[in-house]
Amino acid sequence: MDNVIHYASLFLFAAGSFFVITGALGLLRFPDFYTRMHASGVTDTLGADLILWGMILQADGDWLLIAKLLIIMLFLMFTSPVSTHSIAHAAWVGGLNPLLGKELKHHDIAPDRDETKAPVEMPGGEEQNKGGAA
Amino acid sequence: MVKFLISIAGRFIVLSLALMGIWLLLSGYFDKTTLLVFGIFSALFCAWLTLHMGILDDDSVPLSVMPGIFFYWLWLFIEIGKSNFTVAMKVWSPKMSLSPQMIRVKARQVSDSGKATFANSITLTPGTVSVDLLGEDILIHALTEDLADVGAIEDMGRKVCRVEGTRHEKAQGKAEQGGGT
Amino acid sequence: MIMFVVATIAVIVAIVIALARAILGPSLYDRVLAGNAVGTKTILLLGLMGFLTGRPEFLDIALLYALMNFIATIAILKFFAYRTMSPQMRDMSPRLGNGNHDGGADG
Repeated sequence: MDNVIHYASLFLFAAGSFFVITGALGLLRFPDFYTRMHASGVTDTLGADLILWGMILQADGDWLLIAKLLIIMLFLMFTSPVSTHSIAHAAWVGGLNPLLGKELKHHDIAPDRDETKAPVEMPGGEEQNKGGAA
Repeated sequence: MVKFLISIAGRFIVLSLALMGIWLLLSGYFDKTTLLVFGIFSALFCAWLTLHMGILDDDSVPLSVMPGIFFYWLWLFIEIGKSNFTVAMKVWSPKMSLSPQMIRVKARQVSDSGKATFANSITLTPGTVSVDLLGEDILIHALTEDLADVGAIEDMGRKVCRVEGTRHEKAQGKAEQGGGT
Repeated sequence: MIMFVVATIAVIVAIVIALARAILGPSLYDRVLAGNAVGTKTILLLGLMGFLTGRPEFLDIALLYALMNFIATIAILKFFAYRTMSPQMRDMSPRLGNGNHDGGADG
């Protein structure tokens, strides 16, 4: 039984390390911001989860540690898409144009910076309106 | 039982118990009386603050999505694993054959938290990131043409709707109960 | 024990690569994204260091870092969108959007 846990966690750590490196390499290699976002998602989801599961197997049944690791995993699951989305949304309303299609052509489709809707839709927009009214 | 749980008092009790459980798990002390008393006090205080701010509803204590959401998460984990392999292969291939796409998908969820769950699920799956949410449309940036599969993404949206749908029926039941008494 | 060492080295290598992206840029959003990625990897590094040194109390710090990393990303984005932290002060500042915040030229 101990051997099974040992080899299982060895496998989880190896696979997790592979995916963490993959995400970082994609962050370096991919051609523009919007594609790099996807690479960073690999590290945030599968890489982090596999390493955390490996740590859970190595926690020796100490259920306080297991609970903390599960809370970290749950928290990453909730926050990583929110921060990725807010960076992507900020870039989009900030007028950063994506490269699209097989030839990775520059497409001028992002909304213009001076459009009035851009600042309203940013995170914290409600607070800003409140500040304006006060 | 279910009717009691989705009433205000039921939500208050569930929230307090959950906060006390988190306190116990994170502190790890079960025999220090002072710490336990402080824990109970702060859990009750936070639950009272939630009540006082008027946000003790289905968004802060999402009881009605409870059984369904776990099956959805299980399905989502498998999807995340599958699309991770696709993106990892793109990263390691010597000549990156990317063809990024921008697509629009309808978000038919009723509530804001349902829409947020759907958009976050899209972002959490590597290869697709939700860039903008305009009314009912979600603007998605996808890494390749294969990943920009509108059918598969709408299937995910239907699953979110189903989880939310049980929740919607229960909310109506609550309204009827309130009208009857 | 050897697997913790391997995973720690992998995470450190990944942090170095992500830092390279943060320095190379080219736009502001690439830098913020790289910073966020470094934060995620730091959470893993803190947990691994805790196991490596036999002091699992490090997990509490990792939990706190997860909270801080999220809030820091949102705060940086908000700062670069409004050029100020407090919305009230924005009325005194020049028109929003004058800053060259879509990057490229900064750095």
